[in-house]
Amino acid sequence: MAPTAPSPAKSASPSQPSGKSEVSDLKQQLRQLAGSRAPDADDQRRDVFKRVISCMTAGIDVSAAFGEMVLCSATSDVVLKKMCYLYVGVHARAHPDLALLTINFLQRDCRDQDPTIRGLALRSLCSLRVPNLVEYLVTPLTTGLKDPSAYVRMVAAVGAAKLYHISATTCLDADLPAALKALMLSDPDAQVVANCLHSLLEIWTLEAANSEAAGREIETLYSKPVVFYLLNKIKEFSEWAQCHVLELASKFIPSDNNEIFDIMNLLEDRLQHANGAVVLATIKVFLHLTMSMTDVHQQVYERIKAPLLTLVGAGSPEQSYSVLCHLHLLVMRAPMLFSSDYKSFYCQFSDPSYVKKLKLEMLTAIANESNTYEIVTELCEYAGNVDVPIARESIRAVGKIALQQYDVNAIVDRLLQFLEMDKDYVTAETLVLVKDLLRKYPQWSHDCIAVVGNISSQNIQEPKGKAALIWMLGEYSQDMHDAPYVLENLVDNWDEEQSPEVRLHLLTAVMKCFFKRPPETQKALGATLAAGLADTHQDVHDRALFYYRLLQYDPAVAERVVNPPKQAVSVFADTQSSEIKDRIFDEFNSLSVVYQKPSYMFTDKEHRGTFEYSEDLANLTVGAEAPETVISAQRYQESDNDLLLSTSDKEDSGIRSSNGSYTSTYNAPSDLLSSQTPAETALINPSSSTYSTQTNFSLDDLLGLGVPDAPAPPPPPALALNSKPVLDPATFQKKWGQLALSFSQECSLSPQGAASLMNPQSLIRHMQSNYIQCIASGGQPPNYKFYFYGQKAGAAAFYLVECIVNTASAKAQLKIKAEDGTTAEAFSTLFQSVLSQFGHS
Amino acid sequence: MISQFFVLSQRGDHIVFRDYRGEVPKGSAEIFFRKVKFWNEDEAEEAPPVFNIDGVNYVHVKVAGLFFVVTTMVNISPSLLLELLQRIARVTKDYLGVLNEDSLRKNFILVYELLDEVIDFGYPQTTSTEALKSYIFNEPIMVDAGRLPPLGPAAMFMQGTKRMPGTAVTKSVVANEPGGKKREEIFVDIIEKISVTFSSSGYILTSEIDGTIQMKSYLSGNPEIRLALNEDLGIGKNSSSTHDYRSSSGGGSVVLDDCNFHESVQLDSFDIDRTLHLIPPDGEFPVMNYRMTQEFKPPFRVTALIEEAGPSRAEVLLKIRADFPANVTANTITVQMPVPSYTMRASFELEAGAVGQTTDFKEGTRRLEWNLKKIVGGSEHTLRAKLTFSQETHGNLTKEAGPVNMNFTIPMYNASKLQVRYLQIAKKSKTYNPYRWVRYVTQANSYVARL
Repeated sequence: MAPTAPSPAKSASPSQPSGKSEVSDLKQQLRQLAGSRAPDADDQRRDVFKRVISCMTAGIDVSAAFGEMVLCSATSDVVLKKMCYLYVGVHARAHPDLALLTINFLQRDCRDQDPTIRGLALRSLCSLRVPNLVEYLVTPLTTGLKDPSAYVRMVAAVGAAKLYHISATTCLDADLPAALKALMLSDPDAQVVANCLHSLLEIWTLEAANSEAAGREIETLYSKPVVFYLLNKIKEFSEWAQCHVLELASKFIPSDNNEIFDIMNLLEDRLQHANGAVVLATIKVFLHLTMSMTDVHQQVYERIKAPLLTLVGAGSPEQSYSVLCHLHLLVMRAPMLFSSDYKSFYCQFSDPSYVKKLKLEMLTAIANESNTYEIVTELCEYAGNVDVPIARESIRAVGKIALQQYDVNAIVDRLLQFLEMDKDYVTAETLVLVKDLLRKYPQWSHDCIAVVGNISSQNIQEPKGKAALIWMLGEYSQDMHDAPYVLENLVDNWDEEQSPEVRLHLLTAVMKCFFKRPPETQKALGATLAAGLADTHQDVHDRALFYYRLLQYDPAVAERVVNPPKQAVSVFADTQSSEIKDRIFDEFNSLSVVYQKPSYMFTDKEHRGTFEYSEDLANLTVGAEAPETVISAQRYQESDNDLLLSTSDKEDSGIRSSNGSYTSTYNAPSDLLSSQTPAETALINPSSSTYSTQTNFSLDDLLGLGVPDAPAPPPPPALALNSKPVLDPATFQKKWGQLALSFSQECSLSPQGAASLMNPQSLIRHMQSNYIQCIASGGQPPNYKFYFYGQKAGAAAFYLVECIVNTASAKAQLKIKAEDGTTAEAFSTLFQSVLSQFGHS
Repeated sequence: MISQFFVLSQRGDHIVFRDYRGEVPKGSAEIFFRKVKFWNEDEAEEAPPVFNIDGVNYVHVKVAGLFFVVTTMVNISPSLLLELLQRIARVTKDYLGVLNEDSLRKNFILVYELLDEVIDFGYPQTTSTEALKSYIFNEPIMVDAGRLPPLGPAAMFMQGTKRMPGTAVTKSVVANEPGGKKREEIFVDIIEKISVTFSSSGYILTSEIDGTIQMKSYLSGNPEIRLALNEDLGIGKNSSSTHDYRSSSGGGSVVLDDCNFHESVQLDSFDIDRTLHLIPPDGEFPVMNYRMTQEFKPPFRVTALIEEAGPSRAEVLLKIRADFPANVTANTITVQMPVPSYTMRASFELEAGAVGQTTDFKEGTRRLEWNLKKIVGGSEHTLRAKLTFSQETHGNLTKEAGPVNMNFTIPMYNASKLQVRYLQIAKKSKTYNPYRWVRYVTQANSYVARL
């Protein structure tokens, strides 16, 4: 009566020889129990099942027992049933034919009296993942979605997504998404609603790749009726479902400020939740909703500080790590706002090193005039720490703070004290820092060289430290008495020097020294070049050869190459571009924040899923009420153009209201943030433009500003503008790209105007009152950049303007493009007169 | 969406392994374990709780010496996963009474049952111990809690206090007592982790308290509970301004920087009378978490000195004074002090008549270790050590040694002075009088004295 066992070849994997005998033993026992009606048969079966699952857990291949397991599964014992379902779920894929055997009793159980059994059976049925069996799923799923028990509906809602993964067409043909949507908006049980939402998002996101209708369906999910419906029920949801709904809400594009404040007031108490995931999801909603409102955005930062710090203290170290990563992101964006909380970021003894590293970075970022002394004092304590990696990081942190120009004087003293500690890693790290400091502040060379000169190169083992010392010996050989002799010593030990980096530096240093103190160095130079030419490392060899030939050619040229006059380095390159940082901020409350990388860098395309897609939508969507525009905008934006749009532009586009009037306070917060990043501002020349303008410039190239000026049309009649023109950012961008430049000129602002242009809003409001609308703006004093547009009254033609204002010189650079070339000049005149009136009102 | 969930032992054995979506390549548990075990070995760093290998994201927490892990292919909220892992551990503990490798192995089928209900197709469903009851059919198999080393914050109550039945906190929330009747009781624990850093001159540089009011209810029929805290409790840094004229450390009001609450807590009257209303769900959960940076009286004063005593010798003096009432006793105290890396030997000299104190010189990590079984409030203890170096000392010994770090647990004491004024349980009948346990405990989180 027992079915024939699968062929031995299929049984336990060869790597598990011990498992094999165990499996055949289990099979044997299952066969004996299959037909047993003994009173204790179920108990015995439970024991054997347990052993099977125990083997399965341990990774032993027990698929050979599939037939026997199925035979034994016809039971009324729920515990046995569950074990069997678990087993079948894992192995059905490998045994589609045998899986068919289970369909019968699963289907029967789907009609059981007990809702628990019905739910259980339905879940297992959908988990079989056997493509041939999908036809058996549709009916139980459709009935399941209408089941009187919430438990069954809950299971069915997720089951629909499972079916989609096995066979997308079956799922869509059965019209399950429509049923899910109806259920989502009507079911009294919150978990059913949540599961419908999960499944719908998953199905439509995957479907969106090949269907536009799916895109529209997603659009509906992010629309006001759905989002508000779910948000109003927020407290009914489990914590986990709350997180999901909040994630959805963070993508919602409100049509006016009242909606924003409604949502924020509704969610305010979520910030007091003990579950960190709920709090972070709420924070994401707050941050994203207020992107366009600088003041409120800053208030949000103030509001979320305390809850985040509490979460860092509560819970397990792992939980606080994740929260700390998010704090880190916020601190890096707006260090000023956290500068008084520096004590919260002091390292604690019990912190694991990954936490300490984050804290050190935060301390570095928030250092400013008022707290640098305390922070550096604290960091210096860590430098003597037994935890060597942290000690190193701490020294680096001190150096970075020095490069931010706060309290350099005292910090240099401290760095020099580190050198006296006489610990090799401390000395090595410090030397690297002193080198960087000297590159930025050559004026400190005198103090530094005095101390560095006392360090014996023999005490430094680490290549980086040694290279730094050698660099200083070469660069300042005129100030260090024994530089030629120290270098000579080093050259004598050329063969023992393992690191090519050090040897390269040695070559250069000896060259530099030679031009400064020729008689003392000549011998060493000869030895160095000889050693370098004989070196087996390609780079070292090549550099030696290069120097040799250069000297041969003309020593004067060689000196110009090796010892050119040096300029102090004002900016050390930031490791991460602001574009990437903005991307990560867009992906707040996700793994991106922990990895400090945007998701496209670590996620497969197929798994980008709802997060990624919906986020693009958030950038593109112009208003839930206008799906057609959305679709076309979407197609358009698939071109590479949008990659160059700075976030501020993207967010601006998101906030535009559907009736065409712009919220006056919609300037992107990036200026607020970037202006408060010491790492950026401190290192940037005051005259250089900020990041947002830079990105906008790169946009210009793309938009084809090389187009020659159009011939000036005859003077047109005075121009009247439409009071409420409607243009969305995507269309603006498209038009800007298509149109030729009509005018490019410079005009002046009144001195009062220049003075009152403290932030972009003031000008935007002024222009608006003259029917000229702003579509994007950015920058910080003294440079601002605006994109404006206007529309001829009673006509469809738009005028587009790029306007770069420098408040210091009270000048504005205009670039005007017009759809109706004949009126372009009139518009230009109008624009200039409006602009010149700015500040007079 | 969660792809897999698994629990690994310290040796890397699978205890449970559940694949929800079948999208992660085989061998993920092994890949995970190897990575965690050999994370940056040279620098002895710990693996962070979240990392990515070949496109698979691994998120884990360590509970009771076990790895609770989820894998995911998508860019999901790490906090959600970490909170969920912690919650799964807690729910499991509610069911099994004790959470450790042994209890999990004995009950792995029950754990699979739980996992089936907690996560479906990678989406978290319910984690409420109570809601799960109707779907769990396995009876937990109890392990003998007595033989087990104490785990978790609750364990500290087992020693010392006679008032507490030892096994109560390790009892399953769902299983019936041997007599068939459940004892009606509720535990409210005020657990405070304190962090203090003393400067070399003994000043307090930073101090913080992270506290939790934790509840574990074994009450039947979900009665409503009122939990009253200090009437003058202030919340938020600004609220302290009105109280500033009182001395902040001398019995003034308690001012918390911030706090958060469990979902079940109703805060309707919290602003008026500082009372929390709640219907406690079954099992263990935090009612409230709070953080306080207001100055408080640290329970211990630590003094540490290191002085040269000859060309290659030094003397260390460690002194701790217990600044709390004599009816309170701290237990399991450890004091550690890193010494210069060229230290060869250390000889210790305990105070006269010292009981329950041990000392050790850990050569591998170059640390002095001083263990004290208990310290009674008001007492003072000292340790002298003579160090012998392998080389002559150069310069500043204080930069090469320290800081001193201390670990301790003080039952029935809380540094913040936050108190439960009363715990009221809505009466079902006249005879209904469940046991109520309100317990305080203070633990060191980071208690450091610099040299």
